Amino acid sequence: MNRFAELLDRLAYEPGRNNKLRLITSYFRETGDPDRGYALAALTGALSFKHAKPALIRDLIASRTDPVLFGLSYDYVGDLSETVALMWPRRGTNNNESFPSHPSPPPSPTRGEGAQQNAELPARVTTGSASESDGGSPLTIPSPLVGEGQGGGYTGQGVSNGLHPSNHNNPPPPTLTEVVTTLRTLGKTELPKQLERWLDELDETGRWALLKLVTGSLRIGISARLAKTAAAALGDKDPHEVELIWPGLSAPYLDLFAWLEGRGDKPVNRDPAPFRPVMLAHAIEDADFQNLDPADYIAEWKWDGIRVQAVAGRDERGQITTRLYSRTGEDITGSFPDLVPSLRLPGAIDGELLILREGRVQSFNVLQQRLNRKVVSPKLIKEFPIHLRAYDLLGDDENDLRELPFAERRARLENFIGKLGDPRIDLSPTVPFASWDALTAARADPSSAGAGEDADAVEGVMLKRRDAPYLPGRPKGQWWKWKRDPHIIDAVLMYAQRGHGKRSSYYSDYTFGVWTGRDEVEELVPVGKAYFGFTDEELLQIDRFVRRNTTEKFGPVRHVVHEPDKGLVLEVAFEGLQRSPRHKSGVAMRFPRISRLRWDKPPREADRLETLERMLKGEAAEVEA
Amino acid sequence: MTHMRPQDILMPVASGLCCKPGGFHIDPVRPVERAVITHGHSDHARAGHGAVLATQETLDMMRLRYGENFAGTTQAIGYGEEIRLGDTRVTFHPAGHVLGSAQVAVTCKDFCIVASGDYKDAPDPTCTPFELVPCDVFITEATFGLPVFRHGDATGEVEKLLASVALFPERAHLVGAYSLGKAQRVIKLLRDAGYDAPIYLHGAMEKITHYYQSRGIDLGELRPVAGVKKASLAGTITLAPPSATSDVWTRRFPDPVTAFASGWMRVRARARQRGVELPLVVSDHADWDGLTATIAATGAGEVWVTHGQEDALVHWCRSKGLRAQPLDLVGYGDEEESEPPLQGEAEA
Repeated sequence: MNRFAELLDRLAYEPGRNNKLRLITSYFRETGDPDRGYALAALTGALSFKHAKPALIRDLIASRTDPVLFGLSYDYVGDLSETVALMWPRRGTNNNESFPSHPSPPPSPTRGEGAQQNAELPARVTTGSASESDGGSPLTIPSPLVGEGQGGGYTGQGVSNGLHPSNHNNPPPPTLTEVVTTLRTLGKTELPKQLERWLDELDETGRWALLKLVTGSLRIGISARLAKTAAAALGDKDPHEVELIWPGLSAPYLDLFAWLEGRGDKPVNRDPAPFRPVMLAHAIEDADFQNLDPADYIAEWKWDGIRVQAVAGRDERGQITTRLYSRTGEDITGSFPDLVPSLRLPGAIDGELLILREGRVQSFNVLQQRLNRKVVSPKLIKEFPIHLRAYDLLGDDENDLRELPFAERRARLENFIGKLGDPRIDLSPTVPFASWDALTAARADPSSAGAGEDADAVEGVMLKRRDAPYLPGRPKGQWWKWKRDPHIIDAVLMYAQRGHGKRSSYYSDYTFGVWTGRDEVEELVPVGKAYFGFTDEELLQIDRFVRRNTTEKFGPVRHVVHEPDKGLVLEVAFEGLQRSPRHKSGVAMRFPRISRLRWDKPPREADRLETLERMLKGEAAEVEA
Repeated sequence: MTHMRPQDILMPVASGLCCKPGGFHIDPVRPVERAVITHGHSDHARAGHGAVLATQETLDMMRLRYGENFAGTTQAIGYGEEIRLGDTRVTFHPAGHVLGSAQVAVTCKDFCIVASGDYKDAPDPTCTPFELVPCDVFITEATFGLPVFRHGDATGEVEKLLASVALFPERAHLVGAYSLGKAQRVIKLLRDAGYDAPIYLHGAMEKITHYYQSRGIDLGELRPVAGVKKASLAGTITLAPPSATSDVWTRRFPDPVTAFASGWMRVRARARQRGVELPLVVSDHADWDGLTATIAATGAGEVWVTHGQEDALVHWCRSKGLRAQPLDLVGYGDEEESEPPLQGEAEA
């Protein structure tokens, strides 16, 4: 458990993806079965047990520590698990112990890290200036350590054990396996005692990780995908291979690690409705078109919803199993029970999840009301009817179609959707075009190019090579996405914050604002934050500007000059707007990024909040409908 | 004569802790006629006093930092030596904080107050170990005066650093550390852990570190980092003042891993706030267990708590039946916060 905790601790601070991978892979290499398997399960969110409530943790610490000291500590640290992990007293050092009989020896220089130094710098003992009036001190005056070696027996925890009484017959700390398997079967009433035992046995980091694990708040910025990629790297395998067999695997993944280490065969995925790694597109640039022949491509709308994979398959008993996966392979079936009955035919559809009302596709903002819901109420299902718009067919009954060219899969898809005949599932239409100019026109005006009233939900067009097989990842030259032009506003840089990792010496996170107010009283109000979109060279320029034009500093945040005639105008591109009570401006942007630096533009000419509010009106009306 | 009250001997005033019967101040924050200085950190050792009494090491460090004329006159005193000042007897005792750091015991009649300055009871191979001085009133710092601060084993933290260097041989490791004391301790711990490659130093570290070496502390091969090619810093360790590790200065390093050696690193929010990727819990100050054990062991019936988390420590003392009060002294804290940038170390 301590080693796993150490990994989590390190991951929590490491911003770089590749470095995170290295840390996880190195953990898998150094840690044996089955611990590493349970670690992989924890990192991929595949562990399930009843979580402990914060109140239970509070009760535990209350029984061990002074409430005033706990209160002050909690105020300082700000996180319950961490506070408890850090101040958890070792057995026998709790504050019920009476002070006069404090059995602790005096703090003593014999805590030997400095053995050598003791020889170099003569330490002197003093008994002088001790008061006679305190009735004779019960203390023995420590003698300085003179000599070699680790005189005080200073070995790790031993120091503290030497200084502060503790149980020398401590049982070894629990392994991760022990923790996970115990938690799975433990009754609710046994949990507090068990947690207390573990807290006594673990070190600070171990206690922190344990508490995060049992309270179900293990947020360390690791995606399931990243953890699987790290596992794949252990055996120099392609992460897609792991992804493919993943649904058939379960913790502690002994067969997976055996295969990765070349000690066993590749595990077979027996899941009747497995996830297939998703094929992604490259963003197309103007220069790309000259090398592409329109005749090689099929175009279709890029819908502004969520890309999903809807899979149905028969198990050994002939029963249909149905699953809905996100593009990263996360099982999201539970959030969309209303779609399940429609997936009656065995097959695997690649498509877009949308909300349809009276046959019309609603905006992404509307769809958002259905995302990340723990409870899906009948009311929600009724008000936000879910719909699947199909792009591609990866499997038809038992047949894997991924090797077939796209044109042929598309024909099979049309057939499949026809056979299904379900109002909740339809075909994403293709966009006919003979030349790039024709497609440019269609993209500029989807409503007259076939999208009709759904044009607002079109994010752009997709170009797919007719002969492209369905390949995992983002293969070159097969699929292209050509988004509609984003919304653009000119905003003024207001605050800048240092980035993380490689960017920790750069001011790379920018808060920008637009003008609001009436008559004389004009002020900038923050409308968003962006930390990408600029080139490395532009980053250097902004960083320099921030350093030279700082008006105030608050910790890592700098206030940057933003007056009508002094300041930096940023052209900000974004995908959409939402009302947000959390922002002072009342609006929040979707996917904002810096698209250009407008050194030429004085801040007074930047956009106004009214512009954003006008853009918002159309979208907001739909949500409230 | 009436009963002696502790505040008749030492009293907090605006310029610091004043000893009227002795005619001196301890670690004054403003220029005074006679100053007794516990250690060389700039929040305790300031320039401009008339006469300064301190250990030789502390005087040397003040001279290095402030120049020859940092005080009117100076007098060196060794650990265990006694000196009469006015109606008081003053003795110096190792505080285990940094090289030359001392606790000052002031005895008037038979009443003894120990002003411990900054101290730690944990082992440190670069300074004389802390010595317990029994007393009637103990003045303790409270930098880490909350039970969440337990600093554990510094050698383990250095092993964490070395493990990271082994895992990322193509990256540079930048260790933020206060330039007086912490930096040298980290270097020494690295050497004791068997790390024998050259260690690189930020310019602001050089003077003090060379002074440590001149006092017989073997720190192995040290090199200035200035002028070293970026690529050749891969796989190396560089010590720098904490403020430098998040500045443009870091761009000379290949994909640096930012570490910070400090007791504050025990708390995640503090580490994150500073953008630290590799927090190393190495402290110059006693942790909670160290503070409470030391207070108990001095046998003092009264405790004055200064700079840091006074509330929690005062509460603890009272819960143990000790008289305790926060001492309102201003101007002390992490040296880092008050340290002016050294000349020649501007952004580059």
